[in-house]
Amino acid sequence: MKHYGAKALLKGAVLSAVAAGSFATAAIADEQFFPLQSYRVGPYAAGGTGFFGGTIDYFNLINTRDGGVNGVKLTWEEGETQYEVERGVEVYERLKGRPNIAAWNPLSVGIAYAMIDRITQDRVPLITVNHGRTDSTDGRVFPYVFPLLLNPYSETSGIINYIASKEGGEEKLKGKKIVVLYHGSPYGKETIPIYELLKEKFGYEVQQIEVPHPGNEQQAQWLAIRRYKPDYVVLRGWGVMNPVAIKTAQKTGFPVDRIIGNVWSNSEEDVIPAGDAAIGYTAITTQASGADYPVLQEIVKTVYDGGKGNLEDKKRIGSVYHNLGIVNGILNVEAVRIAQKRFGNRTLTGDEVRWGFEHLQLDPKRVEELGAKGLFHSINVTWDNHEGDGLVTFQQWDGKKWNVVSDWIAPDWKLLRPIIEKSAEAYAKEKGIKIRTSEDADKVTELQGAASSAKN
Amino acid sequence: MTTASIPLPRPASAIGRVPTWPLPLAVIVFAYAGIPLFASDYLYDAILAPFLALSLAAVGLNILTGYAGQVSLGSAAFMAVGAYAAYNFNLRVEGLPLLASIVFAGLIASAVGVVFGLPSLRLKGFYLAVSTLAAQFFVQWTLTKFSWFSNYNPSGVIDAPALNVFGYVFEGPHGRYLFSLSVVVALTVFAARLVKTQTGRNFIAVRDNETAARISGVPVLHTKLLAFAISSFIIGVAGVLWAFAYLRTVEPHGFNLDRSFQILFIIIIGGLATIRGAFFGAALIVVLPLVLSRAGTFLFGSYFDSGVLDMSQRILVGALIIVFLIAEPDGLAALGNRIARRLRLKSPTN
Repeated sequence: MKHYGAKALLKGAVLSAVAAGSFATAAIADEQFFPLQSYRVGPYAAGGTGFFGGTIDYFNLINTRDGGVNGVKLTWEEGETQYEVERGVEVYERLKGRPNIAAWNPLSVGIAYAMIDRITQDRVPLITVNHGRTDSTDGRVFPYVFPLLLNPYSETSGIINYIASKEGGEEKLKGKKIVVLYHGSPYGKETIPIYELLKEKFGYEVQQIEVPHPGNEQQAQWLAIRRYKPDYVVLRGWGVMNPVAIKTAQKTGFPVDRIIGNVWSNSEEDVIPAGDAAIGYTAITTQASGADYPVLQEIVKTVYDGGKGNLEDKKRIGSVYHNLGIVNGILNVEAVRIAQKRFGNRTLTGDEVRWGFEHLQLDPKRVEELGAKGLFHSINVTWDNHEGDGLVTFQQWDGKKWNVVSDWIAPDWKLLRPIIEKSAEAYAKEKGIKIRTSEDADKVTELQGAASSAKN
Repeated sequence: MTTASIPLPRPASAIGRVPTWPLPLAVIVFAYAGIPLFASDYLYDAILAPFLALSLAAVGLNILTGYAGQVSLGSAAFMAVGAYAAYNFNLRVEGLPLLASIVFAGLIASAVGVVFGLPSLRLKGFYLAVSTLAAQFFVQWTLTKFSWFSNYNPSGVIDAPALNVFGYVFEGPHGRYLFSLSVVVALTVFAARLVKTQTGRNFIAVRDNETAARISGVPVLHTKLLAFAISSFIIGVAGVLWAFAYLRTVEPHGFNLDRSFQILFIIIIGGLATIRGAFFGAALIVVLPLVLSRAGTFLFGSYFDSGVLDMSQRILVGALIIVFLIAEPDGLAALGNRIARRLRLKSPTN
């Protein structure tokens, strides 16, 4: 019996693997497929459900309200990654052979890193909105990677500019003391050199203190902060580290309105567990929260009232991660639409969608037409700037919701660009990549990406 | 005197000794010639690549834990040492062939293993396991703390180089599979031979009764450290395969404590002190969840979201592991033996 069972199991394994291989059959007309490496369980599920829920809600809106993008239906399939790199790779391998892939959206630095070589070979874009590898901003070296809206360096610059505006001008930064409390991981460390670089420019003092993963014990760090008496603490946190930081700050008597959260410390899930200690806490964001924007109203009306909403808890509609997902949905859909203008209203190849992302220029007027005025500002992606000059804003927690407390602020891109280029060129040299020109960027492969490069 | 919790190699039974080499040989031939006939990219890159790397790590840990009786929770750390060392040798030593980088990486992992194996001279069992945790935390901390290891890459994540062996580049899913397979076969054959030599018998002697081993002239300290060295070498090379042939990127967090536990579970479920157990265990731990997840998506994907499916699949895998261990506490390898014996008894020639 047992022997038979094991055999059947093996047979099942082989069969399903074979089925996976032969899945790439004839393309169904006029569809654009989005493989989603989502995470709905595990320590980062709050971010995953909100973000992927938002993106799916927007796709559903486009399909239901407009019948797709110029008649091209959006389709997607989720694969659970739990934010783990190897599971993300497995889902990539599982879904890469599907026809009509438009773009990948893993929302994980680790998974994105593992996919860079793979998707470059497949010629399919990889979107890392608000995060990702900073030097992939340089489209000359990373043709298929798009850290849209905000990369970690721009985020740092945006935070420093905000502190400057609070203090009343850049010159006031001189002599100010800033502590950066960062998560002890590759993500947390990525901005260390930039705080040092901006220190040279503005003349503030900075101390960068590491919190070991996962960060549920920070007494020692906050005592060090108390001794140093900084003017501001920048919280570059992650998951449970954020509420613990806010609570420990209160215990050690550091005023919460002097703590500024980064883009991964800016959600409801970061402040609600900290309770009253979080009232007055400020954090950076690229997209405002709240459900008052026309696009959100339409999602509620068309998608949620039609019973197709992706969030289980309707109270999370308009939360930070949900809105980031919606903005991500808008950016993906608009890239497809822009590419359709050149290539026709049909199913596009991954490389054609890449061209669309490289011309993803949404000015405030277009953003308003999309019903997202105030939700995010604008984006201006070009073939060599894959970030697209996203503006940031700051929001303050009042105990119930986030309120925007600043104008749209521009990071200091001119200062950052040479560092990014240097890093990208070093990568190109290490990997033997030829640096692209604008003519190269205009050439587009019409073959379906993964399907053509498979079996090499 | 022996505690007999772990089966010793059994003497040839009365039924008649069957030569042990044809079956592994057949498996190897099948792996080289049979699998490529039907394998898809997915099978290569998403199933066989992690399966091979983790099997090799489990073979390494089995030498230490299964044969020499030293429990270790530092396997993932030694994998990380291997992966980062190979990356740095490849990057910093001009013209060093990849295979040499891998061997040197194994040696570095081996040296680190010996250092963290030193407590084994005084500690045993759970106490030793806890002390090997130090390796786990120390290595991960070192690799994130000092950017030199990741070539000053800002986020500490590195890209793996191409698999170039004497001018031939192992490219594509099939190429990478052949590369991994060859490394795994070579080291597994080495391990299988090793445990049959005097050294292997010394390992078992130390495991079963240290005092008795010492009295019979087995150099206990030397043997324990040797077990750490050889085991860490193999685990280090497994780390290289994991990073270079499977993920093709490395970040320290990929080698966390969970991975160490995973490898330990592989050898417990597969069968301690057996070579093939490592492969059975890896198949169960790596492949089964994937098969279940695919089956779940295929059957119920339109009714439940991926989170629910993932949770139920975890419950199922957990339940299966319990069932397997109740059915055969000595692991899948012993289960296989029992089935084989029973089949032989039933066969008409007897």
